[in-house]
Amino acid sequence: MGSNTLSKLLFGAAFLGAGAVAASAGTLDDVKAKGFVQCGVNGAGLAGFGAPDDAGNWKGLDVDACRAVAAAVFGDPTKVKFTGLSAKERFTALQSKEIDMLARNSTNTMSRDTQLGITFTGVNYFDGQGFMVKKSLGVSSAKDLDGASVCVQSGTTTELNLADYFKSNGMTFNAVVFEKQEEADAAYDAGRCDAYTTDASGLYSIRLKMTNPDDSIVLPEIISKEPLGPAVRQGDDQWESIVRWTHYAMLIAEEFGVTQANVDEMKTSENPEVQRLLGVGEGVDFGSPIGLTKDWAYNIIKGVGNYGESFERNVGEGSSLKIARGLNALWSKGGLQYAPPIR
Amino acid sequence: MTLRDKTAEDSPRSWVRAALYDARIRGWVFQAVVLVVLLLLTLWILHNTAANLRAANIPFGFDFLHMRAGFDISQKPIDYTLDSSHAQAFKIGLLNTIILSVLGIVFATIIGFIVGISRLSNNWLLAKAATVYVETLRNIPLLLQLLFWYKAVLSVLPGPRQGYMLPLATNLSNRGLTMPRPIFGQGFDFVMWALLVAAAIAWGLARWARTRQAATGQPFPVFWASAGLVVGLPLLVFLALGAPLTFEIPVLKGFNFVGGMVIHPELIAMVLGLSLYTATFIAETVRAGILAVSVGQSEAAFSLGLQPGQTMRLIVVPQAMRVIIPPLTSQYLNLTKNSSLALAIGYPDLVAVFAGSTLNITGHAIEVIAITMAVYLALSLITAAVMNWFNARVALVER
Ligand SMILES: N[C@@H](CCC(=O)N[C@@H](CS)C(=O)NCC(=O)O)C(=O)O
Repeated sequence: MGSNTLSKLLFGAAFLGAGAVAASAGTLDDVKAKGFVQCGVNGAGLAGFGAPDDAGNWKGLDVDACRAVAAAVFGDPTKVKFTGLSAKERFTALQSKEIDMLARNSTNTMSRDTQLGITFTGVNYFDGQGFMVKKSLGVSSAKDLDGASVCVQSGTTTELNLADYFKSNGMTFNAVVFEKQEEADAAYDAGRCDAYTTDASGLYSIRLKMTNPDDSIVLPEIISKEPLGPAVRQGDDQWESIVRWTHYAMLIAEEFGVTQANVDEMKTSENPEVQRLLGVGEGVDFGSPIGLTKDWAYNIIKGVGNYGESFERNVGEGSSLKIARGLNALWSKGGLQYAPPIR
Repeated sequence: MTLRDKTAEDSPRSWVRAALYDARIRGWVFQAVVLVVLLLLTLWILHNTAANLRAANIPFGFDFLHMRAGFDISQKPIDYTLDSSHAQAFKIGLLNTIILSVLGIVFATIIGFIVGISRLSNNWLLAKAATVYVETLRNIPLLLQLLFWYKAVLSVLPGPRQGYMLPLATNLSNRGLTMPRPIFGQGFDFVMWALLVAAAIAWGLARWARTRQAATGQPFPVFWASAGLVVGLPLLVFLALGAPLTFEIPVLKGFNFVGGMVIHPELIAMVLGLSLYTATFIAETVRAGILAVSVGQSEAAFSLGLQPGQTMRLIVVPQAMRVIIPPLTSQYLNLTKNSSLALAIGYPDLVAVFAGSTLNITGHAIEVIAITMAVYLALSLITAAVMNWFNARVALVER
């Protein structure tokens, strides 16, 4: 609710104002002392990225990013607690140390990366912004949306891309801005807007929530780059490395065919890259320099699987969203997911 | 006076002692101490905040207000484009909050007075209906009511292409109430001046009539005379200038109406929700105020031959006002603050625009929240000041 958000922000602001906070180093130590990772995820529940399932367990690509970090630190992917955050609250929550990391379909942009005291550690999903419209409008391209009312969520890159797109195409529009996604969804559903806009990944799951999903179509245009990824506070290089390399480890595992099922067998692999990944062999230890054990990546793969497995399970063929790998395929398969080597 | 006392009085130590025993001076000292401590505390907090923000690599400052905002706002009472600054967006948000609060206050007051008086009516049905209204609406959380009204407004109204055509080129649909926009031609300001002059004369007339009635008992139809003046004079000037006013008629083009002006469904739902909710509290205040006036007053009025309506208007309500106004002020303040729930249904008030979009885009949470809090504080203080002034005027009626 509105006032609740305001008080959360206030709390965040008050926190920054209160007693001297030590420089932000030492997140790993804090996390180890607490015994779990506090991870900020999507509060409204974005299917495939961060949402509780019917049994109340958090599921999704972003949720896996959190679990993978927990596995790397504790060897146990369940040592994580989730904080559901709205678009508006997310960065304040990270700044004020309410959470240790943020994995909430957040786009890496220059201002966020440089002006908020936070750092994006990578891209776990390459996304782009799209439009959904009522079929009855008879519109087949976003270029036909001149004069439309568009429902959009505030505090997102979406809000700004929308404005840029209409302006650069010489079209007018009227943005109806909501604080919460549910409210924007409901208003669009009730006919308040001609179009709804957000990240393409979200559009598909939101369309399914409509009273009559078949009355709406997603338009073909993708109007922006939305590299979504986890973020941490600036100034704690060790923690930043852990979160960044957790994602890389999942990519490398996929690249070399290491899966949740075969990771134990893979320990005997002759491939030196796999050995370095899994910390096998004399003096092979890439974990301790970042404060972890040498089997850190083994724990990640054992706990949540490689990137491809997580993708398929949450947003790909194994899910209701059935999103193709597209840009999110490995570099070796024509996509953009690329990890530097472990050595 | 003994010698000992005299020396004691002269010594500086006892002067200090005497001062300490003086309640007035002691009061000053303590207040000064508290003030200094408060100042130091504020400085400490400010210093700490700045240091912590620097340590966390978060820039601090108000330069962001001049940066390009780049987002759209649905309701723009003043000029605003995508290239406008965050400062301009702030002004829009503030104006939207004021528009909403003023409309809410006006409607809540009207409904509240009607319902409050109805609760005391001898008409059983009317009194019960008023009671049911008050007891229901004041016991349901406001946010739920707002969501309800928004949903109701959206589901009752058809899409723009099927909207209801009303007289005067006005159209009602789920995109809002679209109507012609007045375009003021040359010389229209003279009409405004005429209105001002007419209002001033009407005020003078009312004063004169009151004095005359007090002196001679002769009534004067002030209302009709003033109404004629306030409408007539500007109208005359308007016609004399050759009617310098045209209208931009909204036309349905593509998805929506183009041109004209719109009252968005968000504003309609907000005003409905806020005023119906606050009116319940005002109704109770009004009822309490009227009940506080002793029955003897009405009886005296009746025995003087005043009609029930006149009794209410001339005898009871003026006295009840003294009781009503202070709690009424808090209701106005509540309404203004509650208007910040607007962001839940997409009405672009200050919290939605400034503490929402601007805060998120710039990341200057502390600055934005500080400004927003200062604005609400200022709005509340202004409302309270106006009401206190009004209260003082009404209180003077006391005999
Ligand atoms: N990627 C964009 C948009 C992210 C976003 O907030 N998307 C919406 C719609 S898919 C959402 O997740 N809303 C859920 C919520 O606010 O709880 C950004 O980082 O600003």
